[in-house]
Amino acid sequence: MIAIKKLKVNLGGFTLQDINLDIKPGEYFIILGPTGAGKTVLLEAIAGLYPVLEGEVWINGREVTKLNPEKKGIGIVYQDQALFPHLSVEGNIAFGLRLRKYPKQEIKAKIAAMAETVGIPHLLKRSPVTLSGGERQKVALARALVTEPKVLLLDEPLGALDPETRERMQRELREVHRRLKVTTIHVTHDFEEAVALGHRVAVLNDGSIAQVGTPEEFLRQPSSEFVARFALSRNIFTGRAEDGENGCALIDIGGVRLRAITESRGEVRLSLRPEDILISQEPLQSTARNCFQGMVTDIADRGSVVYVTVTLPPDFVCLITRQALDELELRKGVRAWITFKASAIHVF
Amino acid sequence: MGIWRKPDSMSIVFVVLGTLMLLFIFVPLIKTIFSSSPGTLWNTLLGEDVYSSILLTICAALMATLLGLLLGVPLAYLLARRQFRGKRFLEAIIDVPIVIPHSAAGVALLFVFGSNFLCGKVFHGIGIDFFRTFAGIVIAMMFVSVPFLIDSAKEGFKAVDVRLEKVARTLGASPWSAFFRISLPLAWRSIFAGSVLMWARGLSEFGAIVIIAYSASFFGWNTKVLPVLVADRFDFGLEYAGPVAALAILISLIAFIVLRTIAYRGEKA
Repeated sequence: MIAIKKLKVNLGGFTLQDINLDIKPGEYFIILGPTGAGKTVLLEAIAGLYPVLEGEVWINGREVTKLNPEKKGIGIVYQDQALFPHLSVEGNIAFGLRLRKYPKQEIKAKIAAMAETVGIPHLLKRSPVTLSGGERQKVALARALVTEPKVLLLDEPLGALDPETRERMQRELREVHRRLKVTTIHVTHDFEEAVALGHRVAVLNDGSIAQVGTPEEFLRQPSSEFVARFALSRNIFTGRAEDGENGCALIDIGGVRLRAITESRGEVRLSLRPEDILISQEPLQSTARNCFQGMVTDIADRGSVVYVTVTLPPDFVCLITRQALDELELRKGVRAWITFKASAIHVF
Repeated sequence: MGIWRKPDSMSIVFVVLGTLMLLFIFVPLIKTIFSSSPGTLWNTLLGEDVYSSILLTICAALMATLLGLLLGVPLAYLLARRQFRGKRFLEAIIDVPIVIPHSAAGVALLFVFGSNFLCGKVFHGIGIDFFRTFAGIVIAMMFVSVPFLIDSAKEGFKAVDVRLEKVARTLGASPWSAFFRISLPLAWRSIFAGSVLMWARGLSEFGAIVIIAYSASFFGWNTKVLPVLVADRFDFGLEYAGPVAALAILISLIAFIVLRTIAYRGEKA
C-alpha cells in the first residue's frame, strides 16, 4: 500500500500541496491533470527524485520520504522512455539486476521471462535507438518491472505514441498489470486513458487533488467545474456485452441495450463522445443503430455550445450548438430522441 | 548537380574574401613545414635538445590534461546539472585564462605557487617546487588550457538527459554508480574531445611557461618546451627556428587531426 500524506513540493512557479492519497495494494491508480499541473514532479517526489518540502510518503507501512531513490523499490517509466542509448535492449533490462549482483544465469532467466511478459524477446540484441515508440515503451516497462518494484510509476507512458500503438499499449499495460499485479500510479492528461485503465482516478488541479474516485463517480458526482470539464466531455458506462445480430454486440448498461461494434464480451466499460449523439423531437430514420427516447434533465451552457443531458435512464450527455438548442426548443422536462451509430461506441 | 546559375556579385566578393582568409591561415603553415627538407627535419629531430624538448612538451601537456580531467570533469558535471546563484559568474571566471595575456597568467601563478607564497610553501613541504621545474610547466599549461576541457565536458554532460540518471537511480544505482555507468559513458566523447583540445593547447603554450619555467630539468636533460625552443632558436635567425617550428606545427597538427576524427565519428553515430 502507498500512502501520501500532506505532501508539499515546490515547482518553481507554484507549489503542489496538501496531496493526500491512499493507494491499495495491486491497484491501478491514475493521476489525471492538465499539462503543466505538476504530474511528473509529483511522481518524481514519490520516487525520491525531487525534493519534498513537507509531508510523508509511505510504502507498505514504512515511511520512505527521505529514503534515497535506489532504496525505495520503485520503478519509473517516462513518456520519452529514457532508455540508455549506449546499452542494448538486453543491457537496459539487465541494468537493475546487475546492480543487485544477481548471478549471470539468474539475470538471463529473469530477462527472458520479462521479455516474454511484455512481448519483446526478438528485440533483446537491438540498440534502443533503432526501435519504434511502442517497442521502446515495452523495453522501458520491462526494465522497470524486472527488478520487481513495490510500486510502478508511469509518467504519461502513452503520450508519445501514435493513436493505434497507443490503444494496443493500453491493452498490454492492462494485461501486464493483470498478470504481475504490481501497484501502479499512472499520470496522464487523457480522461479516456484514465477510464480505460484506472481502478481509481485522482484529478490534480491548481496544485492539489480536486477529487478521488472511480471513473463512474466522476461522471455522476463531479466535485467541481474543473473535474466536470474533464469528465463531462465523455459518456462512460459499464455494462455486459453479448452477441447481437450481424456481428454487432449488444451491451446492456442497465435498462438500455446498445448496439456496438466490438469483439469484447462480458463485463465492459465503454465511452461515447457527446458530439456523436444527435438530438431530435421525432425518432430519426437513419442508418444509426441506436435510437432511444428520454427526458431532458439538464442543460449546461458553455457559450457557443451546450451540453444537454438526456435521461433514459441512464444519463446521456450530448453536445449541440446553441443554434440547434433554440431550433429544437429543448427545455428541462421535454422529451427528446437521441441517436448515435454503433461505431460511435468505444469499448475499452 | 544543381542547375548552373550566374553567381551574384555578393557571392563572388564573399568567395574572394573567404579565399584570402583561408590562404592567410594555410600558406604560412604549409610554407614552414616545406621550407625544411625531410632530411633537415629528421636531423633536427635527432638533436638532443630537440627530442628532449618534444618529450618534455608532450609529457607535461599530458600531465596537465590528466590533472584537468581529475579536477575539471567534476566541476563540469556540477555546472551542467546544478542551478545556483552566481553560476554565470563562475562560468565566466573559468574562461578568463583564455582571454588574459599568458605572460600575465604566468606571473599570477607565481604569486600563488612561488616558493615565497603559502601554496608554494605547502607544496615545497611535500617536495614539489614550481619555479623552473616540470611541475611549473604543468601548472602553466593547465591554467591556460583547462577551460577548453571544462567547457567541452560541460556541454557533453548537458546533452545527457537527466532522466537517464533518474531512471538509473530508481533501478538501484547510487549517485556514483549512475555517474560512472550512465553520465560518464554518454558524455565520454565530449570529454575526450575536450581533452585532446586541452592537450594540444598545452603543447603550444609559450607565455605562461616562459615566466614560470623557461627551462626545466627533465629525465636528466635541462630542456625547454617546444614553443620556447622555437623562440630561442629565432635569436640565431629564421633558418635555425624554421625546422623546429615545422616540427612543432606537425605535432600540433597531428593532435588536431585526431580531434577532428573523433568529432566526426561522433557525428556519424
